[in-house]
Formats: sequence, structure tokens, C-alpha cells
Amino acid sequence: MIQILLWLPVVVGLLCVVAPARSVRAVPVLGALAALVLAIVLVIDFDPDSAALQHPVDESWIPDLGVRYQLGVDGISIFLILLTALLWAAATLYSAFRPPERPRTYFFMLGLAETGVLGAFLAQDLLLFVLFFDLMLVPFFFLIGAWGGENRIGATLKMMVYTLVGSLLMLAAAIATAIIAEPEVGELSFSLADLSANPISQGSQDWIFWFFAAAFLVKMPAFLVHGWMPDAYRAAPIAVVAVLAGVLSKVGAYGFLRVVLPLYPDATLQFQEFMLVIAVASIVYGGVMAFTQTNVRLVAGFSSLAQLGFITLGIFALRPDGADGAVLQMVNHGLVVAPTFVIIGLLAERAGTEDLREMGGMAMRAPILAALFLIVTLATLAMPGSANFIGEFYILIGAFQSQIVYALIASVGVAFAAYYAIRLYQRTMHNRLPPGVESREISLRDAFVLVPLVACIVALALYPGLILERGEASVEQALGTEVVAIR
Amino acid sequence: MSFQAPEIDYAGLSPVIALTAGLCVVLMAGLFEGARQRFVVSALSIVTLATTAGLLIWQWGETEDLVAGALRLDDLGIAISLIAVTAAAFVVPLTLREPAAEERHGDLQALLLCSTLGMVLLAQAQNLIALFVSLELLSVPLYVLCGSSLRRPRSLESGLKYLIVGSVGSATLLYGLAFIYGGSGSTDFTGIRDGIEGGLSDDPLVLIGIGLAATGLAFKASLAPFHQWTPDVYQGAPTPVTAFMSVATKAAAFCVFVRLFEVALGPSVDQWQPALAALAAVSIAVGNIGALGQDSLKRLLGYSGIAQGGYILVGIVVASQTGTEAMVFYLAAYALMNLPAFAVITIRERETPFGDDIRAVQGLGGERPVLAWPLTISMLALAGFPGTAGFIGKLFLIEASVEGDYTWLGVAIVIGTMISLAYYLRVLAAVWMRPAAEAAPGEEVPAIAGGAPEADAHVAPLGTHCLLILVPTVVAAAAVVVFGIYPDPLVDWASNAGEALSPVP
Repeated sequence: MIQILLWLPVVVGLLCVVAPARSVRAVPVLGALAALVLAIVLVIDFDPDSAALQHPVDESWIPDLGVRYQLGVDGISIFLILLTALLWAAATLYSAFRPPERPRTYFFMLGLAETGVLGAFLAQDLLLFVLFFDLMLVPFFFLIGAWGGENRIGATLKMMVYTLVGSLLMLAAAIATAIIAEPEVGELSFSLADLSANPISQGSQDWIFWFFAAAFLVKMPAFLVHGWMPDAYRAAPIAVVAVLAGVLSKVGAYGFLRVVLPLYPDATLQFQEFMLVIAVASIVYGGVMAFTQTNVRLVAGFSSLAQLGFITLGIFALRPDGADGAVLQMVNHGLVVAPTFVIIGLLAERAGTEDLREMGGMAMRAPILAALFLIVTLATLAMPGSANFIGEFYILIGAFQSQIVYALIASVGVAFAAYYAIRLYQRTMHNRLPPGVESREISLRDAFVLVPLVACIVALALYPGLILERGEASVEQALGTEVVAIR
Repeated sequence: MSFQAPEIDYAGLSPVIALTAGLCVVLMAGLFEGARQRFVVSALSIVTLATTAGLLIWQWGETEDLVAGALRLDDLGIAISLIAVTAAAFVVPLTLREPAAEERHGDLQALLLCSTLGMVLLAQAQNLIALFVSLELLSVPLYVLCGSSLRRPRSLESGLKYLIVGSVGSATLLYGLAFIYGGSGSTDFTGIRDGIEGGLSDDPLVLIGIGLAATGLAFKASLAPFHQWTPDVYQGAPTPVTAFMSVATKAAAFCVFVRLFEVALGPSVDQWQPALAALAAVSIAVGNIGALGQDSLKRLLGYSGIAQGGYILVGIVVASQTGTEAMVFYLAAYALMNLPAFAVITIRERETPFGDDIRAVQGLGGERPVLAWPLTISMLALAGFPGTAGFIGKLFLIEASVEGDYTWLGVAIVIGTMISLAYYLRVLAAVWMRPAAEAAPGEEVPAIAGGAPEADAHVAPLGTHCLLILVPTVVAAAAVVVFGIYPDPLVDWASNAGEALSPVP
């Protein structure tokens, strides 16, 4: 079943290319919804008590190079897969209501991107993971470059160069890992299970760790390597930036949990401190930038930089609580940031600008839109009662147990979040209506996109255990070696 | 002393014989004039190449020495010959509308076949003399082909430049071969090997010979720092010829490179390994940096070819079976990904007034998706994106380099790839993200016609000719994707070829 889920989006994308003109918008929407249904079935089918891989697929792919086609889901990836399918369905729906130029190519690229992301979450072979990790960039290059706004070509090139620099180093590092581990494993194998059972020597781990960390930190993005983010977020079409911030950024964090922690435990312990510094710096820097930006997209962009700082903090606290919270927070953040961007798109349509200073008063005649936005805002600032609160709480518990200094600084970030989230809401929805800005209620079509997303936020707030319980066993397994080492 | 004619196995030699016979027929057919002459000649060329390819495939798996050990028939030679023959067959339809060939179609195609013959022989050469003769057989027709577009001043310049630089390369190589012969006392690869194993691995004569031979071959394979001719010649030569050169010459040159160094000079591996590693690293750096600012697509691909040559050389540096396999795989993948790009450039050269400038492909994504997709796939593959054969090829090479304790070369490939993104993606940005370019005043005439009125008539709508180019282009681009997703057949094929080479001790 996971095979169908993985390849369905790209097949549907190919169908779009040949579909008759009338159905060119219906096909991708149906395809994305079908993928969503499959993902939901997968979650229902999931055995919450097991840390083992579920629905494993293991086929020989390139035997001469030791690459296998290995897929599977566990407690870490299951909800990220659901998140991917959900956000892609929303993005496809949103795009279908605002048909882009050359829709066939657009929807093909969107489908290819979904397959790439799902592949990265499903892959259980290191090289397959690297392959999907790189593959997902191609469609985003085109999506931003061909359908983006101002300065799209520069932005997309910058994004590609930044992210590929990281992921190509990762390719070299992955190959090196397998070859160094070859005598221990007995054969050339990229299987994550084989490699984590036979960790390589500390000296090799040290440099390989950095190659992987570079790829994942750029992808999130984290502080210092976030240079591509403002341009790309400003230029990308709204649907694309929603999945970019909502899902793609998680692939980096997921990579740490899936690859770095199990495969390079010694290096992880060695560089824990440094990663915590980066995490805290991202939280503070993202928070400060988010409340000084005037472009609405960048407010959301920098806030997600700060949120990913929290997630990194949770992972590198190297405590089960922290990592479990990080998994929850990955899903939470995706659920929050995607509707934020959709709302930003709606607001920009009403205001004719993306400048925060020229917006205002849009709640006047749009109570439903205002209410939806308010829920999203409260979730963003991790209001007690929201799942984001639980996630951040777990992360901070993990961090307090591990490194109290960083936890204290990170707590400041929570206050920043309250400030920038409320600022964004007030400046756009309240105050007087400036000239040129229209207060219009959300249309039924857009409600189709937005309401389910907001409903998910509410549902998760009521029952965050759904994710925490299922993640626990797998997270402990991923952390296995580190936890033992600390104790 | 009586002369004994060597025993000849005609079955093993049949591809060479077929190619030679076809070459004569094509040359003769070119002498007749007639309305359909061009098609007849091209059809004959294709038939010749198809026959040769068929015979090569028939001989697949055979391993024997031919003509008293001058040639060696093995899977490596056959694999490389197949790449050269396929590239030639791809290029034949491209030349159909080539203005250079209008009057002298038979000559042009005969030269192309002649050069292919040189490549087939070179891929099998196992003797210093056979090596040199076939290398010249390969090169001389190419000098002429490069200068064949008489209406373009650059073409003549290109032909002349190639002739001079190529001769310098040949002379250096010959000098080196003489030293090797002088040192080891044998022209036979196995004889040289025995000689070196007998205590000559530090012999100054042999070492000088190795150095000069490596330099000469580096000229032919356009590896930096012996690459200066490449961009100029690539740009000046008629585009179909450039396409052929970039793919087939490279394959043949690398084949003889690996044979000479790993069979004949195998025992002195410690001496030449660091030198070749440096050559590979320099090529990767120079090629990728040189390509950055290029507006001419042919120059861009020329520099990219230098960089790709550097990657391929890594397969030789590591001197292992995996290395040879990786090299063969990459050469095949390189042919598949480079040819579609050149085909698209050829078509656009004839359709737009921009020649091979990057403006010629601007806005292609909206206007001509049939051309835009193959170009996109080939650029992504050259840049090594997953889902294409280029990715598997790089994976193969990096694995070979790490296995052979040359991890730093693997990292060099990766860094080179990063730099290369900047120019490959620039082409894609032009194709998909920019509007079609407007011709500036005075540029309306396709540059290729050179303003001569009678030449303009040849730049007619492409019609059916276009299909002859488009179908192979699309097929090659599709193959790049197919082998990127299901690489097993090509990997097996390359493994067979790699195993054929006797391993280095």
C-alpha cells in the first residue's frame, strides 16, 4: 500500500499531462485526495505499540552498487506522511481554484514533488533517502521559477544552490558511510538497519556528521544557512510556499532523527552542544526577525525558522521527551504554517499588497475568516490548550533535563512567538480599513481549503496523544545509543 | 626470414569490415547527383552503422586477439564501439539539413563513418602501432569535418585550430609511445606489461613515456590543462559534428586510455595514479568554472564536457574493476544525455537567428515542449539529479573513488557538481522561466545562413526532417530517465565491459 501511496502522485501528475483540457484541474485534485485517503488508512492501520517498521518493502534495486529499494513506516514518519498528503491536497485544491498558466506542467511538478517528499519519509535505505531528498528539489525549482512572483529566477537559483550544496555533500557522505561499514556489515549495503547496527568509527563519524548536518540545516533552514529562505518564500506561489514551509522544512528535521542520530551516535554526542547553539540561535534570531519584518510572508517565514529551532532543540536534547515533542511539533508546525500562508494569500488578494503596514481592518466584514485566522494564530503562539503548547512543553522538558541554559534561552522564544503572531493578526485584521484594502468574507471554495486544515489543528489540540503515543517507541529506538551513553 | 601472414578471424573482424565497406559505398553514392541523393546517402550510412552495431552485438561475449594481437576483441571494446556507432547514427539525421553538407553530403557522411571506424579500431587497439594508426584515423576526418561549414568563418578557424592542436597532441603521444617502446622493448600491450613487471617500473625512459602518452591522450580527451582548443572548436564546428565529437571521441579516447594504462602500464600504477588524479581534479575545476559565464550553449557544453571528462577519469585513476565499470557506465550515460542537448541546439540554430546563443532556447518551455523536455532532462542528468542516468553514473564513480581510497576525488566530483548547477540550471531557467527572446535589428536572418541569399533557401521549414531528429532525441532523453529509475540493464552491460579488462595487480 505504501508503494501505491508513494507513486500515485507522480502518476496522477503524468495523467494531467495527457488529460483533456476540461479535466486538467479535476485530475490532480482527485489524485491528491486519493493519496490523502490512503495516508489516513495507513494511520488507522498503524500498530501504535511497535517500534518496528511497518508495511516494509524490500526489493533489490541496483545490486552492483548495494542499493536496495527499502520502504517502511514507523512512529516518526507516519504522521509526517499524513501531514504531507494533507497539505498537498490543500495546496492542489488551492491551485486548482486559481488555475496557473500551463496547468499541465504545474500539476505534474506538484505531483512529482509530493512523490519526492513521501519517498524521503518512507525510504529505509540511506541512498534511496538521499535520492528522494534531492529529487524533491527539481519540481520546486520549476514551481518557483516558472510560476513565482517578482525576482523568481534569482530566488529559485539561490534556493537550489543552497540546498543542493548541502545534499550533494550528503551523497558523498552516504556512500562513504556504506563503504567504511562494508567490512563490518559483510557486504556493501545502504540499508539503515544494517548501518545503524554497525556504527562506523568515531573519526569517520565526525566528518560525515557535518556533511549530513549541512544538508539538513540548510533544508530546514536553520540560522546562518537560511539565506535562500526570504527570497524563495517571497517569490513562490502561495500553494507552493505553504508546502515548502509546511512539509519540506520537516524533511531536514526528520533526517536528523532518521539518519544522523541512529547512524552517527558518537558524533551526535560530540557535537550536541554545537547543534543546541544553532537551535537556540534560530529560535532567537527567527523570533526577532519575525517581529521586525513588514512583508507578511516573511513574518511567517521567520516564525517557521524559529519553530524549526525548537524542533532541533528537542531532537538534540537527546532525551526521549524532547524528541517525542519534536515529532509532535513537526506535525503541529506543518498544520499551522500551511493555513497561515493560505490566509496570507487570501489577505494579499484583498489588500493588493503583501506589506503589513498597508493592511488592516480586514475582520470588519469577514468574521469567519477572522475566526479561522485567530485559531491559527493562537496555535502558532502555542496557547495552552493547543497541541503546539504540548509540543513545545515536551521539547522544553527534554531540554531542561539535558542542558538547562539552552532551555532557559529557548523559553524566551515562546514569548517572542506570542508577540509576532499577535502582531500579524492585529495589523491585518484589526484597526481601520486603509484605502484600497477590501474586507471580504472568505469564499466557499477557499473555505474548502482552509476549514479542514483548521479542523485538524483543533482536533490535534483535543487529542495530541494520537501522535505522542505512536511516536514514543520509535523515537526511543532512534535515540537508543545516545540515551545509553548519557545514562 | 620468411614473412608469415597473420591468421585473421573474419568473424571477429566483421564489424570493422562492414564499416569499411559501407564507408566506400557511401563515398561512391555521394558522387551521383540527384534530387534524393541526400536521403539515399543518409539511409546508406544508417544501414552501415546498423549492420556494424548488429555485428558488434553478435560478437558480444567473445574474447580473443585479432590480427596477431594488434586488436583485442572483448566486451570493453565492443561496448565503447557501440557507443561510438550509436552516436554516429544519431548524428546522421542531424546533418541532413546542415548547410555545410548541401552539396557534399556523401563526403561528409563518409568522413563521419571513417572517424567512427577509427573509434571502433581504437577501442580494440592492443598494440602501440594499432593505437596510433586508429587514433589518426579518428582524428583526421574530424579535422576536415570541423572546417566543413565553409560559409561560417568560425568553422574554418575551428578546423584549423583543431588540426594544429590535435597534431601537437598526436606528436606528443607518439613521442611518449616511442619512449615506452624504447624502455620496454615491445609494442604489444602485454609485452610492455611483462617488460615493466620485469623491473622497469621506475625506469626513466618508461616514466617519460607514460608522462608524454598521458599528455597526448589528455589532448584528445580534452582534459584540463590540455583543453584550450575545446571551447573554440566546439563552438566553431557545425553542431552535428560537435555533438559527435563530444560523445564518441571521448568514449574512444577513454577506452584506449584505460587499456593503455591498466593493461600495458598496470605495474607502474603507483607512478601514474597521482598524476592522473591531479589531471582529473584540474579538469573538474577548470571545466566547471569555465562554463559559468558562457552564453554560447556549445561553449558551455564544451566546458561541461571537460568537467565530465574529469569525472570519467576518476574511473581510470582508481585502477579497479569497479572504476572501469563506472567509466563505461558514465560514458554510455554521457552519450545519452549529451546528444539530445545538441540535437535541440541544432534545431534551434536553424529556427532562430540566435545561433547557439542561450537566447535561442528562451521560452522553449511554452512554445515547443517537445524540444524543451529533452533539453531539460539532459541538463538535469548532466547535473546529476536523481531519477536520471547521470545520478547513477555519479553514484557509481563516487563509490569507485571511495573504494579505491580516493575519497577526496569523490568529494571533488561532488563539489564540481555543485558548481555545475549554476550553469546547467541557468539553461533551464532560460527554457522555462524566460519569455522567448526578441531578435535585435539586423539579426533577423538565421545566423547560420551567413547572409548569402542562396543559403537562406536551405533554411526551410523543418517538416519531416524534424521528425527524424526529434524521434531519436526523445528516445535518448527517455532512456536517460528509464536508466535513472531502472539502471540494472545498463549496469550489467557496463559490468561485463569492465570485467573484460584484465585486472590490475
